[in-house]
Amino acid sequence: MYNYSDFDEGFVRSRVAQFTQQVDRRLDGSLTEDEFRPLRLMNGLYLQLHAYMLRVAIPYGTLAPRQMRQLAMIADTYDKGYGHFTTRQNIQYNWPVLQDVPAILSALADVEMHAIQTSGNCVRNVTADHFAGAAADEIEDPRPTAELLRQWSTDHPEFQFLPRKFKIAITGSPNDRAVTKAHDIGLRMVRNDKGEPGYEVMVGGGLGRTPMIGVTVRAFLPKADLLPYVEAVLSVYNSLGRRDNKYKARIKITVHETGAEEITRLIEARFAELRPLFGGADQVLLAEIAEAFAPPAFRNASTDSYDAFYKADPTFRAWADTNLSAHRNAQYAIVTISLKAHGETPGDATSDQMRLMAYLAEQYGHSELRISHEQNVILPHVHKSDLPAVHAALHQAGLGTANVGLISDIIACPGMDYCALATARSIPVAQQIALRFDELKLEHDIGPLKLKISGCINACGHHHVGHIGILGLDRAGVENYQITLGGDATETAVIGEKTGPGFAYDEIVPAIERIVLAYLEQREAPSETFLDAYRRLGLAPFKAALYPTEAARDAA
Amino acid sequence: MKGRFTPKVVTANDLRLGDVVYLTADDQWSRLHSDAELIEDEAHAQMRLLHGAAQRLIVVGAYLADAKAGVSGPEPTHFREDFRTRGPSNYAYGKQVDLRNARDV
Repeated sequence: MYNYSDFDEGFVRSRVAQFTQQVDRRLDGSLTEDEFRPLRLMNGLYLQLHAYMLRVAIPYGTLAPRQMRQLAMIADTYDKGYGHFTTRQNIQYNWPVLQDVPAILSALADVEMHAIQTSGNCVRNVTADHFAGAAADEIEDPRPTAELLRQWSTDHPEFQFLPRKFKIAITGSPNDRAVTKAHDIGLRMVRNDKGEPGYEVMVGGGLGRTPMIGVTVRAFLPKADLLPYVEAVLSVYNSLGRRDNKYKARIKITVHETGAEEITRLIEARFAELRPLFGGADQVLLAEIAEAFAPPAFRNASTDSYDAFYKADPTFRAWADTNLSAHRNAQYAIVTISLKAHGETPGDATSDQMRLMAYLAEQYGHSELRISHEQNVILPHVHKSDLPAVHAALHQAGLGTANVGLISDIIACPGMDYCALATARSIPVAQQIALRFDELKLEHDIGPLKLKISGCINACGHHHVGHIGILGLDRAGVENYQITLGGDATETAVIGEKTGPGFAYDEIVPAIERIVLAYLEQREAPSETFLDAYRRLGLAPFKAALYPTEAARDAA
Repeated sequence: MKGRFTPKVVTANDLRLGDVVYLTADDQWSRLHSDAELIEDEAHAQMRLLHGAAQRLIVVGAYLADAKAGVSGPEPTHFREDFRTRGPSNYAYGKQVDLRNARDV
């Protein structure tokens, strides 16, 4: 893992000191709220429906056990004993009081963490494949590049007042688990004809009120050109971006209005100017950073006990089948710990659960933890012989749910239970869907299905790219839920299609059930996933199941 | 044509604690929606909002929210304001327990 340099340490500490004084000045009246708001947002502090909320960055989703324990300590000391992991690989505390926030930031700095640039019109926390450094299909670990981007973008003088926020996602695998096509810049590692690794650069993806899939502006960018190229993209956006209209200010609109060809030309022209200015210091730094991400010393031991356990214990087998992924080392597995126990809040972990996960990472996982944008926690390196012990410990702590990638592994934003921007609730809808499908005992039969819920048009819950997406709206003072189908968040990204009129709060769970039952009826074989079936059948049979009276009327 | 004025309350968040507060007729900030002053007149509503928003060392983000008269005081009419009187639906945190505990004391 990357450890802070003296520079990083000094910078983060000085920001804590600055913010401590800013809070004091707000409380003694020398700063008005209008003056204070941008300062608190720069440090991740929001004011939500019921309380303040502090958003803490987890750069590229990577955490060390001591950091996870500190997050637990903060939850116990300054909040209500839990934290919420988000689709941006951040953690949010929902109940801090203003006076405590400087102390929280100081406690974060003690473990090389911060909340800087988790809000505001700047480059936000850089997100990455949560299986980075472990995945069997990976070309290279993308995290050194992500860390380089973090250092470069933190307090970058040219990019502190962008037209709007800016999100970069990066993956080192051709199979995209980081939703790179729905980011302002998406970086996907690929190989060129000579077999050299480099990046496909996609620009102008995004969800929100105008969902768009990113445009590839460079099919292959040599690794050494990455920083000047990203700087060129930011620079073009900084000049062209629409500062006149908040709803048109994201780079996706700039790309759309300028055209893919012209924006590519502008980026390349700017890149040609910038590239010679990069004398190689970035590559020296990158090489230093990469050393910190050297793979752990993998253990060489028998996996027979795993095989025996797998055969003998059906509960363990169900969990292994859904929650494990292929590791680059065949003796190892990647463990996804589900934060989606049926009926619980997606992405929430109690302080005790955080401490247990930290312990398991230390004991069995080469001291690494990851947070996924799907709101789960990953132990990226577990030797297969240790899996039974890991599973048993998780199971006891309510963390053993075998549902990763299934219908109850739902992404849900905080929605109107917490968020001041929300137009409807998301969490209780997620809870009820998970409970209903658990009750039906159908989810393993249904198989892979990504259900994603947002409580407003800003789409933090990624509903556009869910196989089933749900968007909560306020329709004439009543919560109303609109359904989209066929979305895809991977390298074959697609925005889902709207099915038609929305459903009331008490109608949405039965509506989802009708869609899923229609799929089960119509699939050619259990191996045909929901998304495959949708692509073969189109919207019609699902619409008929969703709106039965309308279908009957059309048939009459 | 402008619609008929609907009754309002002045609400905000507490600067220090961040929780939801309501402006009462005797210029206090209460944690209870039912304690709020129900404002039936548009001009008066603007005056009360200015008065509330001016208290910059006590509250943040004051605004007028629709409300109606109820048995024991004003009640919210929109679900968002209703949630603000209670807290989140996934845990028993916020006003739904804080107020109960406060009453027990």
